[in-house]
Amino acid sequence: MNVSTNAPSRGHSEPLSQRLAELRGPAPQRSLNARSLAALAANPGCHRRAVLDAAGVDKSALASRLGRPAPFGQSPFAIARGVIFESRLKADDYAALLEPLRRHLGLPADGGAPLVVPDLLRRSGSAVRADRTAEALAAAAADPDAWTLLDHPLLRLDVAGSTAYLEPDAVVVHGGRCTVVEIKSFPVLDGSADPAKVGAAARQAAVYVLALQHAAAARAGEALAPDPYTEQRLTGSPRLSVLLVCPKDFSNRPTAVAVDVRRELATTRRQLSRMTGIGRLLDALPPGTGFDLAVDEDGGPARSADELATAVEAVPAAYSPDCLSTCELGFHCRAQARCGDRVEQLGRGVRGELGSIRTVTEALAAATATGSGTDEAAERLAYAAALRAEALGAAVR
Amino acid sequence: MSTEEAPGAAADAAVARILAATVHPQAGAPRGVVVDSPPGAGKSTLVVRAARELVTAGERLMIVAQTNGQVDDLVGRLAEKAPELTIGRLHAADSRPGPEVLRHANVTPSDKVADLVEHDVVISTSAKWQWVRAEAPWRHAIVDEAYQMRSDALLAAARLFERALFVGDPGQLDPFTVVGTEQWAGLSYDPSSSAVVTMLAHNPQIEPHRLPVSWRLPASAAPLISDAFYPYTPFRAGTGPDDRRLTAAVRPDGSALDAAIDRAAEHGWALLELPARHTVRTDPQAVTAVAATVRRLLERGLTAHSEQGEAPLTADRIAVGTAHRDQAAAVRAALLKAGVPVDGAAGPAVTVDTANRLQGREYDVTVVLHPLSGRPDATAFHLETGRLCVLASRHRHACIVVARAGIAELLDEHPSTEPVQLGVSVKFPDGWEANHQVLHHLTGHRVRLR
Amino acid sequence: MSLLTTLARLEAVRSGRAEPLATVRHRHLSDRPMVVVPLTAAGEAGAPLAVLLGTDRDAPRLHLVPQPLNRTLRFDYLAELAADLLPYLEFFGADVEQIEGSEKDPETGEKTQVFRELCADAPQLIVPNSAGVHHLALIGRSTRFRRTVEDDEPGPYPAPVRVPLLGRWLTHLTDRAQVPGSSLLLPMTGLLARHWATGQSHLEDQHLAARLAWHFPPDGLAGAEAAERAESTRDERGQLLHPPAGPATDPRFDEVVLGPAIARYDAATSALAHSTEQRDDSGAARAREAVREAIEQLRGVLTAVLLPTWHDVWRGIDLLRTLPPAGHLEERWTGDRWSYTGHRDRLAAGEPPQPRQDDAVTAARKLAQREREQARLDVQEALDDPLAMAEHRLAGEAFAGVVTEVVPDYDTTGRSPKPRPLVTLRTDDRPHADLGREAHRVHGPSTQKAEIVAVDPAEGSITLRILSGMGRKKEPEPGSLPEPGELVTFTLFELTVRQSAPLPEPDDTPWTHGGPPGAAPGPVPSTSAFDEWE
Repeated sequence: MNVSTNAPSRGHSEPLSQRLAELRGPAPQRSLNARSLAALAANPGCHRRAVLDAAGVDKSALASRLGRPAPFGQSPFAIARGVIFESRLKADDYAALLEPLRRHLGLPADGGAPLVVPDLLRRSGSAVRADRTAEALAAAAADPDAWTLLDHPLLRLDVAGSTAYLEPDAVVVHGGRCTVVEIKSFPVLDGSADPAKVGAAARQAAVYVLALQHAAAARAGEALAPDPYTEQRLTGSPRLSVLLVCPKDFSNRPTAVAVDVRRELATTRRQLSRMTGIGRLLDALPPGTGFDLAVDEDGGPARSADELATAVEAVPAAYSPDCLSTCELGFHCRAQARCGDRVEQLGRGVRGELGSIRTVTEALAAATATGSGTDEAAERLAYAAALRAEALGAAVR
Repeated sequence: MSTEEAPGAAADAAVARILAATVHPQAGAPRGVVVDSPPGAGKSTLVVRAARELVTAGERLMIVAQTNGQVDDLVGRLAEKAPELTIGRLHAADSRPGPEVLRHANVTPSDKVADLVEHDVVISTSAKWQWVRAEAPWRHAIVDEAYQMRSDALLAAARLFERALFVGDPGQLDPFTVVGTEQWAGLSYDPSSSAVVTMLAHNPQIEPHRLPVSWRLPASAAPLISDAFYPYTPFRAGTGPDDRRLTAAVRPDGSALDAAIDRAAEHGWALLELPARHTVRTDPQAVTAVAATVRRLLERGLTAHSEQGEAPLTADRIAVGTAHRDQAAAVRAALLKAGVPVDGAAGPAVTVDTANRLQGREYDVTVVLHPLSGRPDATAFHLETGRLCVLASRHRHACIVVARAGIAELLDEHPSTEPVQLGVSVKFPDGWEANHQVLHHLTGHRVRLR
Repeated sequence: MSLLTTLARLEAVRSGRAEPLATVRHRHLSDRPMVVVPLTAAGEAGAPLAVLLGTDRDAPRLHLVPQPLNRTLRFDYLAELAADLLPYLEFFGADVEQIEGSEKDPETGEKTQVFRELCADAPQLIVPNSAGVHHLALIGRSTRFRRTVEDDEPGPYPAPVRVPLLGRWLTHLTDRAQVPGSSLLLPMTGLLARHWATGQSHLEDQHLAARLAWHFPPDGLAGAEAAERAESTRDERGQLLHPPAGPATDPRFDEVVLGPAIARYDAATSALAHSTEQRDDSGAARAREAVREAIEQLRGVLTAVLLPTWHDVWRGIDLLRTLPPAGHLEERWTGDRWSYTGHRDRLAAGEPPQPRQDDAVTAARKLAQREREQARLDVQEALDDPLAMAEHRLAGEAFAGVVTEVVPDYDTTGRSPKPRPLVTLRTDDRPHADLGREAHRVHGPSTQKAEIVAVDPAEGSITLRILSGMGRKKEPEPGSLPEPGELVTFTLFELTVRQSAPLPEPDDTPWTHGGPPGAAPGPVPSTSAFDEWE
């Protein structure tokens, strides 16, 4: 994960980014990237996550300070395999990567137009890289006959007043249009792959497509098409299907599959447009709230674990068990949900059956109540409890 | 198709092309003709015409529909519109066709196909056709509501015919199963997918036809339904904004219910909004509001004026749509309590049913309990595009949606982490997006009930 | 999830202990199940790392791949696995019973008596969780097409002879595991989830140790705390005290324990290769010893990481054995025995391995079978278990009550009058009992159909007209009707499962589905039937 300080955005949102910076304190900002933006979709109702992400707080470090560290990690074997797969694809002038792209994009075989791979200054800073990518993209899109491969370009996207830098694995440009290429190390086995992983890849790729759409619209001096399903056909506009390049079956050979990301694109657009509402969430915070994870000169923490816990508590969370696998604070929020006796600890679906009942105690009280209440949910619980008691009693008998 | 063209002419041209392709296929033409029909675009009329013309051309014909209700509807319509045809109604041994079907002299019911093979047309459900073992004497078949038919049902029935006309609405509810089918996802013949999707995957030369005009949906509804549910295959209303009117004999009493009814009478839509609250599915207040609205609709003596003349809005021209069966049952009970007839056997009655069972049906006014009303969470079931599409497209005049406030927030907070199966073409629009669009439109016609 | 399950979970939150969701055991448990706890190497689909397996809880056997990227070592592992597992799988093929049936001659329609063999018992594999089932499916997929030295063209990397056979068995078992109610291959988390509710979510219940923590919380701890301990307590090296049940390993284990151990093995083997090349006999002997030690170390760390889960699976089996078997278990297990026998026969007949993808007809047949078995399972569980029936009562699909009145009545429209008595019962249930709807009597002396003729929700009374199951005479057979005061249950769903419609033979696949397999030039996988491994 790359940690960098986000450039202040062009525009008039300094107050918001300033307030977010104050929340974070002097610790380095976790920059928004495609993965974290796509992850917003996992629980868009959670104010806690929205505020912490917008402020660029290191949630993993925060979770450790709160005493329930995030259990996420990647095996060195998995990382090594991913690196090996990608480097194999790029060996010999991208020979292995071009093979599946050729089939999907009609890339000419040897002898046709040569593939241009511009230098995108990968060792430079983000701003320089993004400018260089924009130039290269404009040049590639201007020549419809050329085939250009942008290897790890850096794209800009304005998100709620700050600039996020996004780095797709590759973008192929031809015929004045570009195609996002995502390289993943999970396999495509007999034509199918783990749907959860493909879904995550599609959401991530949709963020790149959105950034490319913005870039193309800005270059053309036009507004982004209002309808999310419309394919804007400007010079350099991205195609709405991306190419997923994965190992085929049990081998290391690559295969490419086109994935239609229109649905994910529409979702991403809506989620990102909601991010601007973060100001209202900040207004609701008590004065002095902060998530400063920095260390003082004498080595002690700027804020104690208790202070951090209070600050976290000040932003309401929408906990559900899915958070355990998608959010660093999942275990902390679960402990709180359990402490608070909330029914959400049992899963999202549970609330649908319990109507306005929010706690376990309330629910069990309703289940054992004898009089017919006015609440439909309570009445159904009492009925269910009677049936359960009868069935268990019958079994004992 | 030019937008200047009158709707009637555009629709006629489309129908003529379809009939030509069906009745007089060119040599080497594909064996299937597919017609995508948006809500109320004249699908049933097309089926009747195609049946007549095929029989006139000397063919015997089998027709496949998906439910007994659909089969009975079709038999009744065919018997009435084409009295010269002899019609066999093939039914299961334990389910006799409805009495309204048997009053036609040209209809013969039987549970044995051998009794019926001499008839011009034999109609049955896809479930029954799958068991037919006869050496098939039919060359032609018409498959109605084909998008609701499952691929495996077509696999079992396709041996009975050589050519087929598939007619259906791709925007309605997809077929489903309660067991896992992930291992076949992405296969062209996934047995749990729609019959049309499979057939088209294996016959890529078939270009689906489209019926471009909805005769059911009023001018107030067609653009919304087209935009929200058919973004890539738009259609328009066959009538103009002034062709459909609802008038009330009884003046409004100042209540929110009457305000909603008047709003719907004037604009074709109303959102009767209850205060935000998380409730169980059978939210008693929402159910009561639905029943009270229906009762007021009847009490106020509405008259429906349309291109077909004017008619009083009687109970049988009203439907209530819900997402779940227990909701329908609760509404039915509330209506009974309010003295509104709900039993069709005893005279004109209000239809109360789930989206699944309202598919293909048409009413003057519908009252819909919004699938997301009062829910603390949205599930894939409640967000399914087809469910909202069916509920919002059954009416000729007006649709009143009853819902608790808070649906917009619920949609915004819904996690969108859908898995993606390789090789499965994404169905558009996404239910989440369509729900947002419809809700946005309804918000413009909101009446708050306190 | 139904409200009854939710209620049980709420109760579990309060009690801190797992609460019952069933009064009987709804899945067959073998007297001699084979417990299989597999581990996979991270980063590569279906790459095996190790497995602990056996039928004796005190004597698990470990097999491992010391370097998961090495093809030869992987084959050695699979050969060992085949040698260990196949005798168990094949053992049940020997003891058969003869089942009498009749076959209709397709030409004449005449029925002739035939006898078919049915294996008297069948194997049962139990893995920790559904990811374990998926792992076995991947092993099956990756091995069943492999060529062996016995093939005419063994190719450059022939697999040991019995490996493809293992692949075919694993494919059969994992495929059968998709059939609702089947018991040839079962994940322990699924078994426990069917029978007990915990005070946590389904997602968390996938963690076998956390789930079991609700059954056996250590002294003084509530289930939630015990579960969290199982999920996250680590030692000073950052290792989980209770490793995950696999097949994926904990990344910190890979990093701190497994990685170095594999590196040590790699170093030892390359030292061995070097000394062998140099003809350095004493060096080679030392290196051989180092390789042996490295493997021993790997065996040690893998056993340590697998044993807790091994014991967990057996504790789960103990729990399940405390429940009495459900009434219809035997019938469903017979279905499993037929499935096992069928596969045995296909192997004996020399049929080719299961294809990568089902053809259209096979897919439709399997779907029909699964839907049929799901319906059967729902009905049988409801008949076997009052808690399962309670689900249907709560859903308004069944009702139970005390008979208050039985009034004789007759259908006199036919030649001879038939009994059509009216039975009224009092119930607290609120079924979706529309007038005219069909109802079915539960646990009657014979199948009995009725029709709802009157409902009075205020009084809680329902009147049914009994339509069948009363014999052929004018008066109902004695004992065929419930008596006043008797507790009866009716369902609004049928208690027998309908047959599925016939499907064509694959060779008769119609044009709508691409014609017979192989006939169309369509998108057939172009690669050879043999994958490469790199």
